[in-house]
Amino acid sequence: MRETLQTLLKDHRADYIEVRLEENNSSRLIYRGKRLEEAGLSASSGGNVRALVNGGWGFVSFNSIHDLRAKIDLAIEQAGYIARGEIKLSPVEPIIDVVEETFKRNPQNISISEKKQLMDHYNLLMLETAGIQTTTIAYSDIRKKVTLATSEGTYIEQERIDLTLRIAAIASQDGDIQQAGLSIGSKGDFSVIENLDVPVKELAKKAVALLSAPQVKGGIYTVVLDPVLAGVFVHEAFGHLSEADHIYENPKLKEIMVLGRRFGGKHLNIVDGAAVPGYRGSYKYDDEGTPASKTYLISEGVLNSRLHSRETAGRMGEKPTGNARAINYMYPPIVRMTNTFIEPGDISFEDMVADVKEGVYAKDWYGGTTSLEMFTFSAGEAYMIRNGKIAEMLRPIVLSGNVFTTLNNIDTIGNDLSMNQGGGCGKAGQSPLPVSNGSPHIRIRNCLVGGK
Amino acid sequence: MEDILIKASKTAESAEVFQLTALRTPVQFEANRLKQIQTKESVTTALRVFKNGRVGFAQVSGSIKPEELISMALETSEFGHKVNYTLPGNLPLNHPDIYDPEIEKVRVEEMIDIGMEIIESVRANTPEIVFEGTIARTSAIYQIINTNGTDIHYRRSTFTVSMDGMLVRDGDILYIGDILSSCHPIREFSSMTGNLIRQLELARNNVSIKSGIFPVIFSPFGVAGALISPLIAALNGKTVYDGASPLKDKLGKSVFDRKFWLYDDPTIPYQPGSTPCDDEGMPAVRNTLINSGVISQFYYDLHTAALAGTVSTGNGTRNGGLPSPSPHALIIAPGKSTQDEMVKQIKEGLLIEQLMGADQGNTLSGDFSGNVLLGYKIENGEICGRVKDTMVYGNVYQLLGSISDIGNDARWIAGYLNTPSIFCPEISVSAK
Repeated sequence: MRETLQTLLKDHRADYIEVRLEENNSSRLIYRGKRLEEAGLSASSGGNVRALVNGGWGFVSFNSIHDLRAKIDLAIEQAGYIARGEIKLSPVEPIIDVVEETFKRNPQNISISEKKQLMDHYNLLMLETAGIQTTTIAYSDIRKKVTLATSEGTYIEQERIDLTLRIAAIASQDGDIQQAGLSIGSKGDFSVIENLDVPVKELAKKAVALLSAPQVKGGIYTVVLDPVLAGVFVHEAFGHLSEADHIYENPKLKEIMVLGRRFGGKHLNIVDGAAVPGYRGSYKYDDEGTPASKTYLISEGVLNSRLHSRETAGRMGEKPTGNARAINYMYPPIVRMTNTFIEPGDISFEDMVADVKEGVYAKDWYGGTTSLEMFTFSAGEAYMIRNGKIAEMLRPIVLSGNVFTTLNNIDTIGNDLSMNQGGGCGKAGQSPLPVSNGSPHIRIRNCLVGGK
Repeated sequence: MEDILIKASKTAESAEVFQLTALRTPVQFEANRLKQIQTKESVTTALRVFKNGRVGFAQVSGSIKPEELISMALETSEFGHKVNYTLPGNLPLNHPDIYDPEIEKVRVEEMIDIGMEIIESVRANTPEIVFEGTIARTSAIYQIINTNGTDIHYRRSTFTVSMDGMLVRDGDILYIGDILSSCHPIREFSSMTGNLIRQLELARNNVSIKSGIFPVIFSPFGVAGALISPLIAALNGKTVYDGASPLKDKLGKSVFDRKFWLYDDPTIPYQPGSTPCDDEGMPAVRNTLINSGVISQFYYDLHTAALAGTVSTGNGTRNGGLPSPSPHALIIAPGKSTQDEMVKQIKEGLLIEQLMGADQGNTLSGDFSGNVLLGYKIENGEICGRVKDTMVYGNVYQLLGSISDIGNDARWIAGYLNTPSIFCPEISVSAK
């Protein structure tokens, strides 16, 4: 295949062409209550061609890899309609590499029956809990082998395995329904979802406890976020705005996002990087063949750098960061996050809470979303803080912020960084992309919380 | 396909093959200019088998030998749920018109022109706005065959026009957007440009609102963003069967305001949500889910219906796996008032166009909370500007339990929901 691709890419009428071929296979188990609703296997093979001609992109995706020549011609023809001119891809050294990955406890070597046994066990733990009405479990693993060849001479083969487990317990009483969940993932290591008895039992109890918890009163609070929710916060509040494809063609936004602008206090450092090893967002090369890096988005409170594809880096005269990713062969790579986190400070959780007279402690996540300026992120679990102590449990809450003020309102950063691997990121129809995010506990002043 | 079915039926008691072949051509705009043209060809084949009284499932995209697909499905059948239903025989179907051959004749140049014309019309009003958008045409072929004699084959064409504009002012970002879809090529888009310009005009000034309880109008997009997903979850037969729906004991009972009707209607010609049958070959029909506030039906696929002791409502939908219940095209019955007439009735309140984050809580309970991404303040019967940094909190059962008025401005939102504006007496607002 390598020679075929290299021959095809030699002779063409485009400024740049890449061919990405992919094979993947996956398994999934879905439970609803005590029923295993689905045990399914799937496999997929296909690819795409992307061609750049005079500043315009053509893209063709397919399942059948017959007649790649015709697909290349179609991509070039489509690109020819556009002629935007002046696109310069930021140069990267052509790379030839076949990446060998080792997976600690490879889920694809574990039988369906063993996976089912583990899920049955967790399910029973939840269903045995008094007050639990039903449960949901969704387990999946996917192995993906991607081959990238470009007209610049790059040829890379990479393999990745992504695993996710989502568990929820649902409690009900007098028509009221409450739920609590757990979401875990890994880069091909099944052992991260083993030995979860304690958290699984706890989440079932939490769902029941939520039935008698009050709804928070809406308003402005000092909030303390646990590392999981703070990770979602950093992803939504700042990560997306760091993606250069939002900025590079928007002069007004460029002014706002000028490097050197202060967004937070000196204690605030925000990092993204696929070169940080071992997480769901880790890889050696991105989907354009650019080596992964580790990027300080915010350094000591100041905008330091942003996330790039080769196109955005070329246009903005900055260095490519290896953040061009495609969820699968049906899509072109776009600028995405990888592993995004706030670096730890030196304050303990206890000290952080100690001087809060009335506030909210928000933990765990339902989700988050952003409009770049304003964002929301929702906690799966929350408590009032009263006189420096964690007090009564609250129903799940949604918090909201504004990027131009909220980062500046982070007044305390904890010493307990932890990465959350349970999330997936959505952008431009490509969802869920494996990412991780994390943070230590952080405290935010003047945070808007929705409620009664 | 037939080959897979014949070979599978040699070892399995029953088998079904579902195949979707699609060709999609999106033309993408970025920063007010044409950016990328794509062609996406895909073929997905799914096999469901009944083996030793259990269900097995496998799905493949791309080339694979029938034997491999069959052995994957048989492997999973050892663990699958017990068979409690039979696959449909060749049932009579109504075929709504959902394929317009014109779609395949729409040239890429024409799609480019449509996008540029919309962008330029709105920029004539507000030159600084920056648009991203997609004009896409899709044609898809659906085939379902099973060992009980079902042999279904139909085509659907879809044309979508979506535009999102971003207007950056000093430390302030305004988003506007709209989406149109049809089985016909869309060549008339003045409603879209008109709507985009109206959003810009209404949001020209930022105004503040204080925290408190206010009357609220949800525009059609507001209904889609805030109110509909809890209803979709609660009316799902599977959620009901599992006891996780607040409506589980409410069949035949009045739960919502008498002005509120909700239908699932896959029979409307040339609507992208329309279909002759669901993804397991059951006839697709118009179902009344909520009848003047009374819960009249939940929606089911074959498996869930069998568990619940009822019949499939033709809502088995595939999303990468075995079918599960999902509505085709929801319709909220319109009222008589214009949106302006409803606005005039409000002394102080909100018109919500886009709510961000509302679907990210415990939607099962009906509680939602979100940031008003695009919403306007109403004062003395007039819209006076955009509100920002504002959150609302509500409960769908309370809001739709007592509706002040329903608009006559029903429209399609992305082909899956047709809704008018809905005016509710009270929502909690928290503002900075």
